[in-house]
Amino acid sequence: MTVAATRSDPETEGNSLDRDSRSPLLEVRDLKVHFPVKKGFIIQRKVGVIKAVDGVNLSLYRGETLGLVGESGSGKTTIGRAILKLEDATAGEILIDGQDITQSRGLQLRQMRRRIGMVFQDPFGSLNPRMSAGNLIGEPLKIHGLTSTKSEYRRRVAELLRLVGLNPTMAGRYPHEFSGGQRQRIGVARALAAKPDLMVLDEPVSALDVSIQAQVINLIKDLQEQFGLAYIFIAHDLSVVRNISDRVAVMYLGKIVETGSIDELYNSPQHPYTKALLSAVPTADPELERKRSRIVLEGDIPSPLNPPSGCVFRTRCPIAIEECSNEVPELRLVRGTQRAACIRGDWYNRSTRERSPASGEK
Amino acid sequence: MTAETLLDVKNLSTHFRTRLGVIKAVDNVSFVLHEGETLGLVGESGCGKSVTALSIMRLVPSPPGRIVAGKIIFRGQDLLTMSEQEVRNVRGRDIGMIFQEPMTSLNPVLTIGRQLREPLELHLGMTKNQALRKSTELLQLVGMPDPETRLNSFPHQISGGQRQRVMIAMALSCEPTLLIADEATSALDVTIQAQILEIIKDLTDRIGTAVIIITHNLGVVARYADTVNVMYAGRIRETGSLDSVYKDPKHPYTVGLLNSVPTLDLDADARLEPIRGEIPNLADLPPGCAFVDRCDYAVQRCQEEDPELVEVGDLHYGACWEHERVARNLPGVTV
Repeated sequence: MTVAATRSDPETEGNSLDRDSRSPLLEVRDLKVHFPVKKGFIIQRKVGVIKAVDGVNLSLYRGETLGLVGESGSGKTTIGRAILKLEDATAGEILIDGQDITQSRGLQLRQMRRRIGMVFQDPFGSLNPRMSAGNLIGEPLKIHGLTSTKSEYRRRVAELLRLVGLNPTMAGRYPHEFSGGQRQRIGVARALAAKPDLMVLDEPVSALDVSIQAQVINLIKDLQEQFGLAYIFIAHDLSVVRNISDRVAVMYLGKIVETGSIDELYNSPQHPYTKALLSAVPTADPELERKRSRIVLEGDIPSPLNPPSGCVFRTRCPIAIEECSNEVPELRLVRGTQRAACIRGDWYNRSTRERSPASGEK
Repeated sequence: MTAETLLDVKNLSTHFRTRLGVIKAVDNVSFVLHEGETLGLVGESGCGKSVTALSIMRLVPSPPGRIVAGKIIFRGQDLLTMSEQEVRNVRGRDIGMIFQEPMTSLNPVLTIGRQLREPLELHLGMTKNQALRKSTELLQLVGMPDPETRLNSFPHQISGGQRQRVMIAMALSCEPTLLIADEATSALDVTIQAQILEIIKDLTDRIGTAVIIITHNLGVVARYADTVNVMYAGRIRETGSLDSVYKDPKHPYTVGLLNSVPTLDLDADARLEPIRGEIPNLADLPPGCAFVDRCDYAVQRCQEEDPELVEVGDLHYGACWEHERVARNLPGVTV
């Protein structure tokens, strides 16, 4: 691994106790989002079900950032969409300040949505090309009736533009007149307009060039500090997630396989998938790259239509044993706030002599 | 290692004629690639890295694009003076190419096997049966599960990672001396990206193929390249060995790029130092250095004169008037 393992100290544990005494802003309890797969032309038969999210628990506190990482098909985006109720939960609860939103409708739903902002990945597809930047940013203000006079509306739009580093004189321009980075800034301003408590950021920087990416990351961090926002930061780029998050949850095929604070998870990952994921990220340091050991996983992510029995990762896992196909591993406490779902959890902490079969590391 | 020069690009300029004016996508680019060497071509969108590759393959869409000047000497022969037929014999046989999007670069109505056989029959004169056998072997080499059945599959029936494996098998089927990988793994998940990059490295090492890796990912270059060209707005701004460019950058753009990338061991509270401003409009570049508006080291001279590449270290070249200040990390002192 890149970084020497540092044990989490009692201090962080103290913090987590302290944190538990406050109530979380967002709590996701045993969330399941399943999509039916249908076949047939006139009479549609249900032929299977895709378990995009399958029993996920999360909590998020005010001012905190939770990174949600995983590869395509892991279910990270579906969780984000379910929190905004853009996707209906099949089972489970999503609590905002203790209130379940999975059943809310109409006015109640609209009021709830005001408190959650969302920034999407594609700065080209997520903005209506026929609306000016000012109208795009002002739309949430109108929908939620947050400004009473025209001048107040204009002032607020100008303020939002300034907040994300754009010039208020740009309000009359249309999306195609902006660069990718500027468009993503408009997306952020739009999500901020209704003064949310929580923002779901779905791959907000992955479509941007490196130099612009860093600008937007810094903007997102500054806004959090300024307004005490809570973030769900969905990304596949582990280095970006490390830079912005307080805690991380690693997902694979609809399940969380490991979760913990940034330091715990990046310094001593416990789940073989987290380990492989971290070692697969190339870093921009030639010297470090030459020293690093690499775990190259074999094969592709299995089809979510027909996931493996037991542990979903076992088909690509370098340390899988027969028992892995029998039981679905629970998230178990490793240390501090770190939890991993692996029955071979202590494998990497054993001495090399104790590891009899090939470990799979190259 | 005294490797021979394989590819010598001299003063290459490729322009595009658009409604906004002439865009100099590649502007006076020169570099040398030795046999068996791996070159990383890095830069952000619009910097000209892909057009450089297309120019080498003579695949620049024309119109609107046109190679207006330069030489591309490949094994002693200028590719730019060759006839279309001669180029076709080189392309696919001596130079292989892997593109970013495997779905659009594979023909959707032909089976994998049919597409793999084509270069083998065309370039190496194999019979259908020989080509079939070789195709199965190739798929095995790139780690494709169940290669015999896969030969009869269509591109949409396999995953993105597997499609990229097919592309690699196809690009390497005639054992080329040069492989160009244009953002070959950018659309893939990290664990699949790692698999594909390892396969490319493994196979090209075995055949002794030189590789040009074109990417925006500085990490991929750090892992696989021997030498690096950093491009910005159509020109190479810095070039040298991997270590000299990464450890001792002499161009403010390289410095900015390296500071913009979050790394796994970066302190969580550490702030990234992005490059300010935006990538300039290529149709309307400033008269001096194209990076001047975003540069912390800029002086009056940078507004007026465009710097050429000069030697800034051992086999290390940078195009910056103020490279000494960049090396000593002294931004903004004389402005």
